[in-house]
Amino acid sequence: MCSLCGVLGGNEHWTDAAARPGVFTRNHASPDRRRARAERVRAANEMLSGFGLVLCDWQGASFVLSTRTGRSEIIEDLGHLWPAAERLVGRSCDPLDVTFISRMEARHVD
Amino acid sequence: MSIEASGFLPINLLTGFLGSGKTTLLKRILADPAFADTAVLINEFGEIGLDHDLVESVDGEMVLLHSGCVCCTVRGELAAALRELYSRRESGLLPPFRRVIIESTGLADPFPVLSTIKADPVLRHHFCAGNVITTVDAVNGLRQLDTYIESNRQAAIADRLIVTKTDLEAGCEGEALQARLRTLNPDAPILRAADPDLDLSSLVAVQSNLSASSSLSQSGFYCEEPMQLVSSDGVAHQAAISSISLSINQPVDWTAFGLWLTMLLNRHGERILRVKGILNLSGEERPVAVHGVQHLVHTPVHMDGWPSEDRTSRLVFILDGLDGDLLKRSFVAFTLARMPQMPSAAYSMIAAAR
Repeated sequence: MCSLCGVLGGNEHWTDAAARPGVFTRNHASPDRRRARAERVRAANEMLSGFGLVLCDWQGASFVLSTRTGRSEIIEDLGHLWPAAERLVGRSCDPLDVTFISRMEARHVD
Repeated sequence: MSIEASGFLPINLLTGFLGSGKTTLLKRILADPAFADTAVLINEFGEIGLDHDLVESVDGEMVLLHSGCVCCTVRGELAAALRELYSRRESGLLPPFRRVIIESTGLADPFPVLSTIKADPVLRHHFCAGNVITTVDAVNGLRQLDTYIESNRQAAIADRLIVTKTDLEAGCEGEALQARLRTLNPDAPILRAADPDLDLSSLVAVQSNLSASSSLSQSGFYCEEPMQLVSSDGVAHQAAISSISLSINQPVDWTAFGLWLTMLLNRHGERILRVKGILNLSGEERPVAVHGVQHLVHTPVHMDGWPSEDRTSRLVFILDGLDGDLLKRSFVAFTLARMPQMPSAAYSMIAAAR
């Protein structure tokens, strides 16, 4: 977070704005917000695993995205996740890629 | 919570192809007492600010952006103009206007205007994106849609479509234009500028298009089968703009949806002209409306409730050259896959949905 954003109240991303009004404001329901962040990390890692990337929460304020060799980027929200992922792996992360879709579909076959 | 109640000043964008009647409509709007608390910015392409002269007598709160067009070169100038407007408002040099209207040049892609509001660290704490109002010329509109990608994008991105010069149209062109606009943008109301009952205030009315009742209307989120535009000579339009709809019978996982849509917009944002719809989220009683324009997604809106027992999630995408079937498959694979212990039978049912 840059100092300017900090002064002005920080960045907010639309993906933060679920699921109940008020829950994701800065002053209320902190446990719910932390739980939502944890779920966000878990869901992201399921998608990122195919690219050899891991996402970690960093003190409830940012996320750290890392490759298996340790290259890392700090990101603020999911809006920055995919551009950073593409920079780290050097290829596109495309949800319309048929191979990628097939891998996600395979999770249903248990 | 409405935009007015949120304390943010909505910025409405008036766009439309060259000569489609933007300035005429703007003059009409500004003559309406209901718009007395409106500040206006006019963008000019070229050296001479002709439109500025045309509406100069309206008020003294107008700002003219001189150089280039809003779509590329003057985003910094636009941000500076908006900051200056707000500063003058706060210091009492201007009346406390409640909304802003930006008239863009006829060739502008509307998206950068919206992204400027969102990206500027000062503006995004005071302003929010209002409606995109697009004028379409009843006489030349069809030809422009056949010929110019800009015209298609302006129509596809609209929250309100205003057909102008209907008094000059010949024969059945009006119906053909209406049908074309409906395929381009199945969700936006199509209004006629010449309609004596036209309520101008509805053009800037925020979120009325997200009301629970309208979401089930014929022109609502249920658009027809995927359709590609075909020009008058029978050839598929070069832009291949199409609209698709998704109906999902099972609750959607918000986290997975957010990850999927951010990934999709990161890779294909410029080719997703719009995404709009209402979602039935897991663990949530009330529907949530989502609304995005290319790379930009507005803050989701919690609606008051469902209009009926139908809890189907609906999304409309307006795509420029993307494979709609593949997008549907991707949505199901990513977004619904996150649902915990979802039985395979439920998945089959979802996969078969529209």
